[in-house]
Parts: sequence; structure tokens; C-alpha cells
Amino acid sequence: MKPNVVHNVDAVADYLAAQDSKGLLRFITCGSVDDGKSTLIGRLLFDSKLIFEDQLAALTRDSRKHGTVGDDIDFALLVDGLESEREQGITIDVAYRFFTTEARKFIVADTPGHEQYTRNMATGASNAELAVILVDARHGILPQTRRHSFIVSLVGIKHVVLAVNKIDLVDYSREAFDRIVSDYRDFAATLNFETLQPIPISARYGDNVMERSSATAWYTGPTLKEHLETVNVVDDHEARPFRLVVQWVNRPNLDFRGFSGTVATGTIKPGDNIVVAKSGQKSKIKAIVTYDGKLPAAFAGQAITLQLEDEIDISRGDVLAKPEERPEVADQFAAQLLWMQSGQALLPGRPYLFKCGAKIVTATVTELKYKVDINSFEHLAAKTVELNEVAVVNLALSEPIAFDSYEANHETGAFILIDRQSNHTVAAGMIQFALRRASNIHLQALDVGKNARAALNHQKPAILWFTGLSGAGKSTIANLVERKLHLAGHHTYLLDGDNVRHGLNRDLGFTDADRVENIRRVAETAKLFVDAGVIVLVSFISPFRAERRLARDLVEETEFVEIFVDTPLALAESRDPKGLYKKARSGEIKNFTGIDSPYELPETPELTLSTGDHTAEELADQVASYLRERGYIAS
Amino acid sequence: MSSERFSHLQRLESESIRIMREVASEFRNPVMLYSIGKDSSVMLHLAMKAFYPSKPPFPLIHVDTTWKFREMIEFRDETAKRLGLDLIVYTNPEGRAQNINPFDHGSSHYTHVMKTEALKQALTKYGFDAAFGGARRDEEKSRAKERIFSFRTETHAWDPKNQRPELWNLYNTRIKKGESIRVFPLSNWTELDIWQYILTENIPIVPLYFAAERLIVERDGTLIMVDDERMPLTPGQTPTARLVRFRTLGCYPLTGAINSSAATLEEIVGEMLIARTSERSGRLIDSDESASMEKKKREGYF
Ligand SMILES: Nc1nc2c(ncn2[C@@H]2O[C@H](COP(=O)(O)OP(=O)(O)O)[C@@H](O)[C@H]2O)c(=O)[nH]1
Repeated sequence: MKPNVVHNVDAVADYLAAQDSKGLLRFITCGSVDDGKSTLIGRLLFDSKLIFEDQLAALTRDSRKHGTVGDDIDFALLVDGLESEREQGITIDVAYRFFTTEARKFIVADTPGHEQYTRNMATGASNAELAVILVDARHGILPQTRRHSFIVSLVGIKHVVLAVNKIDLVDYSREAFDRIVSDYRDFAATLNFETLQPIPISARYGDNVMERSSATAWYTGPTLKEHLETVNVVDDHEARPFRLVVQWVNRPNLDFRGFSGTVATGTIKPGDNIVVAKSGQKSKIKAIVTYDGKLPAAFAGQAITLQLEDEIDISRGDVLAKPEERPEVADQFAAQLLWMQSGQALLPGRPYLFKCGAKIVTATVTELKYKVDINSFEHLAAKTVELNEVAVVNLALSEPIAFDSYEANHETGAFILIDRQSNHTVAAGMIQFALRRASNIHLQALDVGKNARAALNHQKPAILWFTGLSGAGKSTIANLVERKLHLAGHHTYLLDGDNVRHGLNRDLGFTDADRVENIRRVAETAKLFVDAGVIVLVSFISPFRAERRLARDLVEETEFVEIFVDTPLALAESRDPKGLYKKARSGEIKNFTGIDSPYELPETPELTLSTGDHTAEELADQVASYLRERGYIAS
Repeated sequence: MSSERFSHLQRLESESIRIMREVASEFRNPVMLYSIGKDSSVMLHLAMKAFYPSKPPFPLIHVDTTWKFREMIEFRDETAKRLGLDLIVYTNPEGRAQNINPFDHGSSHYTHVMKTEALKQALTKYGFDAAFGGARRDEEKSRAKERIFSFRTETHAWDPKNQRPELWNLYNTRIKKGESIRVFPLSNWTELDIWQYILTENIPIVPLYFAAERLIVERDGTLIMVDDERMPLTPGQTPTARLVRFRTLGCYPLTGAINSSAATLEEIVGEMLIARTSERSGRLIDSDESASMEKKKREGYF
């Protein structure tokens, strides 16, 4: 930018035209803490004259307050935007910075180095085309360098700069540089990078950042700036099969029905045939509508509204494609997962919300195939996945969706998992391949249906799900209820936690993961009984809302009666019929609900039985009258 | 969309439109915070594009501190009428009753009551679950850290250390009752992009952005326009006509003008390229301390 020559309108117009036609490169900087990421970005902004004087004044003030470099300016302070970050001298969250050179515009995401903030690093990486991985010349490759390189590769970044920083502190030594480069090449060989450019730099003094350094005469490659300006990252989105995810159905009046979305890949024009990937319904493009007029064609990246020739059923989340190049449709697939939630591990069997494109469904991990060790890239057997760990899993969805592999298409192949209770984004995922085609797994339609069986039994089948602490009185009450129903001629079955654990679930322990699987199996079994027309009583602690929810979701809404056996912990503990609380208190039993494993209270149970004020007999009557009032059994 | 086919502005435009459509689809009751400035003008223009031929499926809300420039208010009402959009104007009723103003109560208390609190009240009152704001990441350091979909607790607070990871274009829009999301569709635009877009798209903006003779007094080195008779003058102080314009717009007693003769968009951009002061320094509220914006934002300021 040469500001002082801008005097007349033409010059401004030319300048703007030049700006607008510049390409954009989105990159991230990553590496271990203190390797100099923030300093490097501060340097890039400073040298491209983007620091305004008042910011510079604030910077010198801040430098004196928190700085680590004595009296000169600490560029890192320029980018560490949060007060807590400036105080602690670390970067917590991604900061996005903008700068422009004569050749290109840049958006750089400065990502945190601390291991615990790896998920924020992944946030920055997911939208970047290139990664600058910093290494401190004195320390070489650190675990965090490997972790970040792995995640960079995982999210599909193909271009990497290995910036060997603080080269000033190793006397601009070529040997130090060569050693690090060779170490890095060794371990990055499997990471699928298309370009890998090592550059010796000093972020603090500017060597080989914007200007070539005379102190590294032995280095003949590009400066960082030269490389960022020229590296070819042009994507081939336009050449890929056409995909458009419908975001919004556009219905201003009865005469117009359009489908708004952004072309993910490929091109489309009026007259082209399209298919709704999931339903298989076909039509033709009538018009491509935008505020600026109808378009003769639309290309990857454009936000448009499509009008079709036929009235077919399309809603938000549908993927439009061309009939000859369709995405897959399936409800089960293999995927890579990066777990991002602290304090709560991935539990196979637990239902999570799954968002891919504009579609939200429920997903459970049906198999945890392995975890990847970030250091050795080895595959490890695992039962759960914790914060910042990467795993390969099989997922099952509540309904089939249209998708591509992440490799083929980032927009239709990436997803996030959201915890249903907390609404946190708990994982980022990349689809690998479908496990079986949904089209082959149509459920067998049976001649004798659930309703027919139930009618014969003169009852409406249901799951009576008793939940509560150990010793709350679940089994006692459930037993009484079953006896009453049986006497009245109803067909019932009782699934009791302890009994099931002796047989069907013998292989399961009491870790969170096993508890989830325990409930899943019981819920599926209960469902079969409902199918058989039976009223099934389930008496299980079932401490987690998510799993009770899972059980509820398996059957029709009216077929699930959640009965909370409400006994305060102190009371249950004082009863302690099996002496279990005593053992839990003494540490003899681990993961005991109420003691060192949580019980999540039901939010809206159909029935709450408070055992403190009533006898078991009275409570069983309450359940029976509920069933009569709601018509499950005749009165 | 880094393919060579599109210009930089076209790419930014598509990204913003996608964000807006996502909000319109996933939230029950979204609103656009319309502050009348140039960024709001761009945001509104993008909303007109995003839903065309439909109208944007949400109202605009303006938090009126009662100290905005008169020309802003005129422009606001005219814009809503021209585009046929619903406009909600909200003023903090207690603040109004107590006549909270920047002169007697100081800029920071005034801003807190008439802007931050007022905004929170308005969002709560109408039960909006998502609110568009025109903030850009290039404006200021703590903005640079903010997500495009920025989660707010029931008390409208922002927890910068605990932001939801935001990968690809997959925005997590799930909230519980009372919680909300602030959405910043202009996150990746720079000030220059904004001006350039206004120029190419011919977007109307408040005339205060253009240089004209205006009645000015100097306070602590800042040029303040005497927009109405409520402006207290020290004895002997007389407003003088000066050729000035504004780089940002807010409450007139808190918004510094700059000496300028730039009367067209091209001239403004030309001047901007030579300018050496960053944008927000025109607003007095930010000069307090460097973490001031983060603090305000945690409390619920936009
Ligand atoms: N001598 C020297 N010091 C550097 C260089 N780059 C960064 N530093 C210093 O290393 C420390 C950590 O840098 P910072 O940018 O905060 O690291 P980050 O955690 O990766 O963002 C600061 O004290 C910097 O001044 C360099 O090239 N040479």
C-alpha cells in the first residue's frame, strides 16, 4: 500500500479494482506455546503497515505492563486480544487477522498452542488452505508440533510451511535448520501434504519474513511472504460433481417456490436435470434467481435460489445433485472424530445430535474402532474418546442422509456432534465411507403387526421405565405393579437390572461407557417386548438422561412411561438393602451412582413416586391407576 | 470459494448470505440489530439479497439512546419504509425517565444504561433468540477472537474463554430457553471491503459520512458536532462551521468528526488509505483502556 499517491478519484478506482481482483489465502499459524506464532503475525501486520498509530501507542503501553521483551515492542501483544491472554501471555482462542500485500489478501487464524485448546486450533484449521507450523529452532519438533500437523492433515489442509523460528537464537545455523527439516519430513511423510516449504525465520527481527535475511545466506528458498503470495492453492471445487445443500425454502407468495443455498461444488444452469439425493425425486432447473437478476449459470461458492420445473417435495437439509453424479445415501458410515469436549468423554451408544450440511439428525457411535496416538500415529484400542483425541468410529443415524466422503467434498462430508443436554459442540467429524446402503435395509414388513398382537392382549403395550438410585425401591414397586397387572389378566414382563446383568449384559462393568451400553441393550430388548404387545417393566438405575432419552426414542411417544422413584440419597443409603452404599463409601466399589458417579434427575417424567411419604403398595396403586386413566389397560 | 472466478467482494457476499440464511432457518425469532451506520447498511443490503424475492424474515431493531444524530434517525425511518421492513425502536425506559445523558453521567455510565442495558432489555422483552450484529473482526482485538455465531447466556453474557468450536460452515445453533446467539455475518469483512461494497453496490448511507460544513465545538481535542440545543457549551464557547465528516456514527456527543473535504465515496476511500488512525478512535468510549471492549462485550454490549 503506497498511501500518499492516492490523490484523485481514478487512482482510487484503480486501487479498488486491483484490491477486488486479488486472490485470497486463508491460513493458520500453529505450533507449540512460545514458538512465536503471535510474534510472527504481529510482524506480518506491522511490516504490511497494518498497525495504526493509536494501536501502536496502546501496544507500547501494554508492552510495559505485561511484555516479555524488555523495552521494545512485543508484537505478540498485538494479537493476543483477550485480557486473560495478555495477563498469562498465552493464546487461548483463535484470532483472525487480515492483511494484504501487492499480490494477495490474507486471512490468518492465529491458533492457540496449548494442548487443552487444540479444539480452537481445529476451528481455525477447518477453514484454512495452508498452515504455517512454527518450530522453535532451539527445541525442534515437540509433541504439539506433531499433534498440530496431524490435525492439519486430518482436516485436509494440503499446504504446509515449516517455519523454523528464532533462528537468531541458534546463530542462524544451517545445521540446526537442516536437522529440524529432516526430522519433520520423516514424520510428516504419511500426512499427505502436497507442498511442504521449510523456511528459517526470526519472527522477532523479521529475518526471511517479508525481507530476505543476509544472516542466512545459505538459504536460497523463498521468504515467507514470497511463498504465501505465490503458493498455488487453487481448489477444483468447480470441477467436482454438483452439490447444493438446501438451506432455506424461499416462499414469498403462492406463485414462487425456490430453494436457497450455496453451490458447494460443481456448476448448474437452467435446463439441467437435478435429483433430490435422498428421495430420488427428479426435476429440471427452471431458473437461477438472485437479487441481481437471473443467472445463466452458477458456480461453486455462489449463494443462489433455484426454481424447479416441477412441484416436488424438498425441504431444508436436502442435497440437490445431478442424476448421473449422486451422493451416497446411508444411515451408517465410518468416520474420523476429533473429540472437543472437556470433562465428558465420547460414549458409544449415547445419542448425539448430528449436523451435516443443513440436516440435523440423531447419531450414535456403534463401534469405536480405534484411537490414533498423536505422537506415533499408531492405532490404539479404546472404550471412550477424551478431549482432543482422534478416533475412527462407526456411526448409526436415526434416518438416512445424503453425503459424500470428506475427501470428495468437505461440505457434504463434514459434520459436528452436539450434546443433547448441554448443547455443546462435542466433536468434529469427517465421513469416510458408508457401511451399508440404506436402500438395502428396508425393514421387513411383517404380516402380524404390533397392534394386532396388542389387541389380542386387550391392552396397549408400553415400557414402564423405573429409574432412581440404588435402593430407592424400584424393584419392589415394579414387582408389585407386575403382580397387580398379572392378576388383572395382562401380559407383562419385568426386566430387572441385577438379573439382566447376570445374563445378557454379563460382559459389562460400571464405567460410563458400559452403563450406556447396558441401557441400550435393555432398551432394545424392551422394545421387542412392546412389539410383542407386552407391557414391559424395566427397573434400572439408568442414571443418565441421554440414555433414558434413547430408550424413549426407540418407541412411540405414548409407549414410554418414565417413572421416577424419588428417594433422597440419605434415605436410600440408610436402607442400603444390599450393603452397597457402605462398600461404595469405603471405596470398595467404584463408580457407584450417587456416591462417585452422578445421577441426572429426570426433567419431565410421566410419574414421580416419592417413597418417603408412601408405602410401596400405595405407589404401585398410583402406577396402576395411571395406566387405567391413560387407557393402557381397561378400567 | 477461492476459485479465480469471483472477486473478493463476491466471495464475502456469498459467505454473509449463507450465514443469514442459516439463522433464518434455525432460529424461532431472529432480529437484526440495525445501528444505522455503514456496516448496518451493508448488512441490511446483504439481507435483502439473501432472501430475495422474499423480504428478510425478521424485523430490525434500533436501540435509540435519544442522542443519535438527527440525520441518522431520519435515515433510519426512511430506510425501513423504503425497504418495507418492520422496525422496532427501543429506548431504556428507566434511562429515559432519569434523563441519563453523556454530559451529566459520564460516557461509560451513559453507554452502559442507554446502550448495553437497553439492548439486553429489548432482546429479553421481545424474546429474540438470535440477533445479527454488524461487527467485523478487523475492528478491534477482542472482536478478532469472536465466533461468527457467538453464544450468550441467559443474562446476555459472553464467555470468551469458553466459546463453542466453530468448524467449517457448520454452526451450532442449539440454545436453551432464554439463551441467545449473536451472529456476525460481516466477521470477515474489513473496513475497506465495506466502503468498496457500498461503492459498487450503490448502497445508501447516512450523509454524515460525507464532508459538509457543520457546526462544531472542540472538546478535549475531539471535534463534536452541535446537533441540537441539548449540547451544553462552556461560557464563551461558540460553535463554528467547519468542513468535517464522520468515520463512524454513534451518539453525537461521543462521536468525533474529522477535518475532511471528502464528499464522495471515492474521496473517502482515498482519504482512508492515507489515514493513519484506526477506525474506532473516533468513538470516545474506547479510549479508556485496551481491554475495554472485551469487558463491555462480556457484559452484553454488541
Ligand atoms: N529471539 C527471538 N525471540 C522470539 C522470536 N519469535 C518469538 N520470540 C519470543 O518468544 C516468546 C513467545 O512468542 P509468542 O509469539 O508469544 O509465542 P506463541 O505462544 O507461539 O504465540 C516471546 O517472548 C517472543 O518475543 C524470534 O524469532 N526470535
